[in-house]
Amino acid sequence: MAKSLAELKAIRDKKLNEINLRHGKNGYRVVVGMATCGIAAGARPVMVKLMEEVDAKGLVDVTVAQTGCIGSCRLEPIVEVYDANNEKVTYVHMTAEKVARVVDEHLAQGKVVSEYTMTVVDGKVIDPTVKG
Amino acid sequence: MKELSLHILDITQNSIRAQAKLVKLVIVESLANNELTIIIEDDGCGIPADRLHNITDPFVTTRTTRKVGLGLSLFKAAAEACGGYFEISSTPGVGTKVVGNFMRDHIDRAPLGNMADTILTMVMSFGETDLNYQHDCNNRLFVFNTREIKETLEVESLNEPEILNWIREFVSEGLEEIMEEKIYGKVLSRTKSDS
Repeated sequence: MAKSLAELKAIRDKKLNEINLRHGKNGYRVVVGMATCGIAAGARPVMVKLMEEVDAKGLVDVTVAQTGCIGSCRLEPIVEVYDANNEKVTYVHMTAEKVARVVDEHLAQGKVVSEYTMTVVDGKVIDPTVKG
Repeated sequence: MKELSLHILDITQNSIRAQAKLVKLVIVESLANNELTIIIEDDGCGIPADRLHNITDPFVTTRTTRKVGLGLSLFKAAAEACGGYFEISSTPGVGTKVVGNFMRDHIDRAPLGNMADTILTMVMSFGETDLNYQHDCNNRLFVFNTREIKETLEVESLNEPEILNWIREFVSEGLEEIMEEKIYGKVLSRTKSDS
């Protein structure tokens, strides 16, 4: 086996400080809808891409996790981004490509990607942030 | 579902909702018996007998966000469409076991698909819950156990990009070793000397 636990441990020792930072609850918490509807619509590649992009951009204060069915199955895959104040932005019909932009603009720079949110009505964006 | 690995991801989410501490996933592929069997077993809260008898009815669900429950229904339909069978047994307070059996060469059998990404996504969503994954492909065994990794690293959650990347490669390489084809779709050319 090419991959060994020793190698994994070395990675962890190097990154220990970052890991402690991540559990500091100051940054974004991202959840992906992972019920049958979400998975069938493509939640897995969205989840994998989130991990890859958060890693590539070195965003140490972002956590990615799963949630169940959000109740809007026709809009899956759904990604919800909670900020430190628990205010939520909901992205719908997500794809790996859209995830890359959300990580770059929203998670890294704090700018909501309005056109991917569920609050676009007739091409007009309503305030996408839901107060926690 | 386009891949059996997506069914697996879906069914194991039930275990998380049932507050399982350990999820055991066993996949047995046998060319000799022309079988592919998926067994998912957890130590979650279990399902009461009066709910178990119609659990694969798509119009039965305990969730409140929608009126249909498709996960187990779809898995059962997939197995039965491939000349296989589906079984579920559960004891409240002890756990639940789901078995899906497929004729391996059935024309309608979906590919197992990307197990490395399914395991990765499972680990991301499992939190403190452990996964014990055993994959037997023609008597060649691959084992992945999150408890072992957590103990080595002295952590309670593996949801860190560096650890996840390692897990993805570990599973991917481990499965390629026991399978005759690469899981990313590329067929591994085997010569007599390495088989």
